[in-house]
Amino acid sequence: MIEFRDVHKHYADYHALRGISATIREGEFFSLLGPSGCGKTTLLRTIAGFEDISSGAVLIDGRDMAQVPANVRPTNMVFQSYAIFPHLTVAQNVGFGLRRDRRGRMEKDRAVAEALEMVGLGGYGARAAHALSGGQRQRVALARALILKPKVLLLDEPLSALDRKMREQMQVELIKLQRQVGITFVLVTHDQEEALVMSDRIAVMFEGEIAQLDEPEALYARPVDRRVADFIGVMNFLPAEVLGDGGEVVAVRIAGLGIVEIPAAQISRAMPGDPGPSVGFRPETMTLLGAGEEPRGAVQVSRGVIDEVVYYGDMTYYDIRLEGMGEAVEPVRISMRNVFGRDVPAVGIPVRVAWSPGALVLFR
Amino acid sequence: MAARGLDREARQGLALVAPPFAYVLLVMAAPLLVMLATSLFLFKTGYREYVEGFTLANYLQVWADPIFRALMLRSLWVAGLVTLATVVLAFPVAYFLSFVVSPQRKALWLFLITIPFWTSYLIRVFLWSVILAPNGVVNSILDFFGLIERPLRMLNSVEAIVVTLSHAYAPFAILPIFVALERIDRALLEAGRDLGENRVMTFLRVTLPLAMPGVVAAALIVFIPTIGDYVTPTLIGGGRVPMIANMIQSQMLDQDNRPLGSAIAVTAMLVVAVLAAVFMALNRRFLKVRA
Amino acid sequence: MRPNWLGAYALLYLLFLYAPILLLPLFAFNDATIVAFPLRGFTTQWFGEMWENATLRRALGNSLIIAGSSAVLSTCLGIFAARASTRFRFPAKGGIMGAIMLPLVLPEIIVAMSLLVVLLSIGVTLSIVTVIVGHTLICMPYAITVLTTAFASLDPAFEEAAQDLGESKWGAFRLVILPLVMPGIISALLISFTVSLDEFIIAFFLAGNQPTLPTYIFSQLRFPASIPMIMALGTVLVLLSIVMLTIAEYFRRRGAARTGQNDRGFL
Repeated sequence: MIEFRDVHKHYADYHALRGISATIREGEFFSLLGPSGCGKTTLLRTIAGFEDISSGAVLIDGRDMAQVPANVRPTNMVFQSYAIFPHLTVAQNVGFGLRRDRRGRMEKDRAVAEALEMVGLGGYGARAAHALSGGQRQRVALARALILKPKVLLLDEPLSALDRKMREQMQVELIKLQRQVGITFVLVTHDQEEALVMSDRIAVMFEGEIAQLDEPEALYARPVDRRVADFIGVMNFLPAEVLGDGGEVVAVRIAGLGIVEIPAAQISRAMPGDPGPSVGFRPETMTLLGAGEEPRGAVQVSRGVIDEVVYYGDMTYYDIRLEGMGEAVEPVRISMRNVFGRDVPAVGIPVRVAWSPGALVLFR
Repeated sequence: MAARGLDREARQGLALVAPPFAYVLLVMAAPLLVMLATSLFLFKTGYREYVEGFTLANYLQVWADPIFRALMLRSLWVAGLVTLATVVLAFPVAYFLSFVVSPQRKALWLFLITIPFWTSYLIRVFLWSVILAPNGVVNSILDFFGLIERPLRMLNSVEAIVVTLSHAYAPFAILPIFVALERIDRALLEAGRDLGENRVMTFLRVTLPLAMPGVVAAALIVFIPTIGDYVTPTLIGGGRVPMIANMIQSQMLDQDNRPLGSAIAVTAMLVVAVLAAVFMALNRRFLKVRA
Repeated sequence: MRPNWLGAYALLYLLFLYAPILLLPLFAFNDATIVAFPLRGFTTQWFGEMWENATLRRALGNSLIIAGSSAVLSTCLGIFAARASTRFRFPAKGGIMGAIMLPLVLPEIIVAMSLLVVLLSIGVTLSIVTVIVGHTLICMPYAITVLTTAFASLDPAFEEAAQDLGESKWGAFRLVILPLVMPGIISALLISFTVSLDEFIIAFFLAGNQPTLPTYIFSQLRFPASIPMIMALGTVLVLLSIVMLTIAEYFRRRGAARTGQNDRGFL
C-alpha cells in the first residue's frame, strides 16, 4: 500500500529522517509513535506530499510519489490544528474538495450530508465553522477528508487538542470509523496509550529511525530495546550478569531475583547508552502475595520491603526494594488491582512477591 | 517538526519578496546611491558649470561651512529635545495602556492615540502657529486672566518648534513602548513583589529594564525623522529658524547646487546613523549589565 | 490611587493630542477673516468658498488619483512582502525586510531630494505619476505592517489543507488565503490612502506644477485671507481621515476576530 524505501530527509542543519524503510498494509490502522522531534510528523508529511525527501522513495500502490504534488495524491489529511477554514460554513468546509468534482450540485450536497452524518454531525451543515467546539472541528476535518474517498487517511496528532474524556471517546469513534470505511489510516501520535488502543501496527520512532514496527501486544511484551520499553508503558529494569550462553537459553544472575534461565525468544538488544546487560519486566507481571497466600502456577517468589505506595483508585503502585538488589538500584514498581474490602499494605512492611521467568526480557 | 526544506522554501520566499524589494532598490536605494555619487563626483564651479571626477571638495566645503555646523547642531538639539519630551511624556501613557486599561478597551485607546497621527500633518503644524501666535490661543487665555500686558512672542523660536514636533511625533513614541510593556510576563512582576521588592523597586528593577528595548525603538523612531523635518521649521520657525532639511532643499533647488546639497544630505545621514549606532551600542551594554 | 492618577494623565495627554484638531471646526465656522480669539459668530461661508474654488477641486482630483494609485500599488507590493516575511525563511531576510521598511524612518526630505535628483537627471517630467512613485514607496511599510498582522494570524495548515483537498497553490491562495486576509487588505488600502492623501514633502517636490491638497494648503497658508477656508478644508479632511481610519480599524478587527487572534493596534 504505502512503501518507504530508505527515505532520508536532510534539513540545513540536521538529519530528520535517517533511512526509513517500511511498508504500511492496505486497510490497516497504522501508527507512527515517538517523542517530539523523532521525525514522525515529517514522515507523515512525506506521504501527503508536503515534505520533499532528500533521497529514497515513497510509493503508494506501487507508484513513486516523487513527482506527484500534494493536491493529486490519493491521500487526505486531518491536521493537528484541524485547519477548518474559518470563513466557510461546516458544509462548505466538508464540500471544499468537491469543487473539481463533475457531479451535480444535488449529488454533492447529498455527499456532504452523508459525510456529516457519518461523523455524527448531521444537521450541522449551515453552521459557521469558527463557532464549533474542538471535538466538532475534528469531526468536520474527518468528514472533509473522508468525503474524497482517499486510499489513505493521514491523521497528525488529531486528538492532542482534546481533553481526556473527549479524547478517549474519539479514540473509539475513530476505530469504528476506520472499520466502517475500510481504508488505511496512518496516525501520528506521541501518546503511547493512544497508539496501543487504536492501532493494528505501530512504528516506534527515535531520532529519525524506526526502532520497532510491530503489533501492539508484541511491542508491549517484547520491546526490541530499552528505549522502546521505556517509551511504551512502564518497565522495571534490574542489572543482570550473564553467566552462560547455551544458545537456546541464557543463564543470568539478576539483582534481587537470583539466577534465572532466559529463553532466546525473550532476548532483546542492548543499546550503546545502556548501563550494561539488564532484565526488564512490566509492573503487572509481578504479584504481591498476601500473608499465607500461596503462589499459583509456575512462578518464583522473592522477598522485599515496600518502599512507596501510590494509590490510583482502581489500582495501586507499590515500589518494592527486593532483598539483595543493592542500594544503587531503583526499587521495582508493581501494579495491583485494588480489591474492595482488602487493606492496601503500608510503607515499610516486608512482603513476598511472585513473578514468572516468562515475563522477563533480557537486554544484552 | 513541521519545518520545511530550506532550499525550496528559500527560493519561494526570495521570489515572493523580489517585487517589493526591487521597488525599494529602484526608488529608494538607487536614488540614494546617485545622491552619494553626485556628492563625490561633481563639483559646481559656476552657473551650470561642473567639474567631473572624484572629489571631496563638496564635503570639505560642507564641514568648513559655519552655517552647516550651526544648522546641524540645531537640528540635533531640536531632535534630541523632541525625543526626550516625547519619550518621557509617552512612557506613563504606554504604562497606563498596558497595565491599567482592561484588555477589551486597549484597542480603542490605541485607535484614539493613533488617529491624530494620521490626520493632516500640515494643518496640525499650522494650528500650532495659531495657538502660539501673538493673538493666538495661549496669549488670549493669558490675557483673559490678566496675566500678561503684551502678547508673548513664542513663534519663530526653537522652543515653538520643539513643542510642535513633540506633538506631531507623540504617537510614534507610545506604540513601541506599549508593545515592549505588553511583552513583559506579568508573573515576573509578581515574582518581583513576591521577592520582597516594593512597587517602586519592582518598577525600577524589573519593568523598566524589560521596557528598555521599546524605549530605544521609540527614541530612534522619533529622533530620525525629526532631524529631517522640513514643514515645522518653515511654518513655525517662519523661515527664521531653519534646520538641516531647509538647508538641503535650499542648496538643491534655490542655489541649484546639487553636488553640495547631496553632500549635506549624505553628511546629515551619516551623522544620524553614527549617533543611532552609538545610542544602540550604549544601550545594549547598559541592558547587558542589567540582565 | 495610582491608576486614577495615571488615567487622569492619560486623558490630559489625549487632550493635548487632540487640542489642535479640536480648534479646526471652531475657526472653520467662525465668522471672521482672521484666525484668532475671541470667536465672532457662526458662518458656513468658508465651506462655500472652498466648494467653489477651482484650484482646490483640481488639487482634490489629483490627490484622489495619487492616493488611490499609491494605495493599490503599495498594498499589492505589500502583499508580496508580508506573505514572504510571515510564511518563508530565506537568506538575508532581516536585511531585505529592513530595507523595505526603511522608508518608515527615513526623513521624507531625503527620499524626495534623492528621487528628484534622479528624475531630473534622467529627464522625467514631474507630474502626479512621479508623486505616485514616491508615495508608493512610503506607503508600503504601513501597508506591510497591517498585512503582516493579517498573514501572521493564518494557520499555515490552511494552505496545506486546501492543497490536500485537491487545490493547486494558486487555488489555495484564491479560495482560502485571500478571503481570510481580505479584511487586512482593505485595512491596508485605507491606511495607505490616508497616508498618501496627507503627505506633503514628496508631493511638494515631485509634483511639478500639479497641486495636491497638502501642497495647495501649504501655498495658501501664506495668504491670511485664505486661512479660514483652509480651516474649513482641514475640518473636512480630518473628518474624512477619521471615517476612513475607523473603517480600516473595523476591517482589521474583523479579520482578527475571524482568525481568532489577539487584538493589537496599528503598529
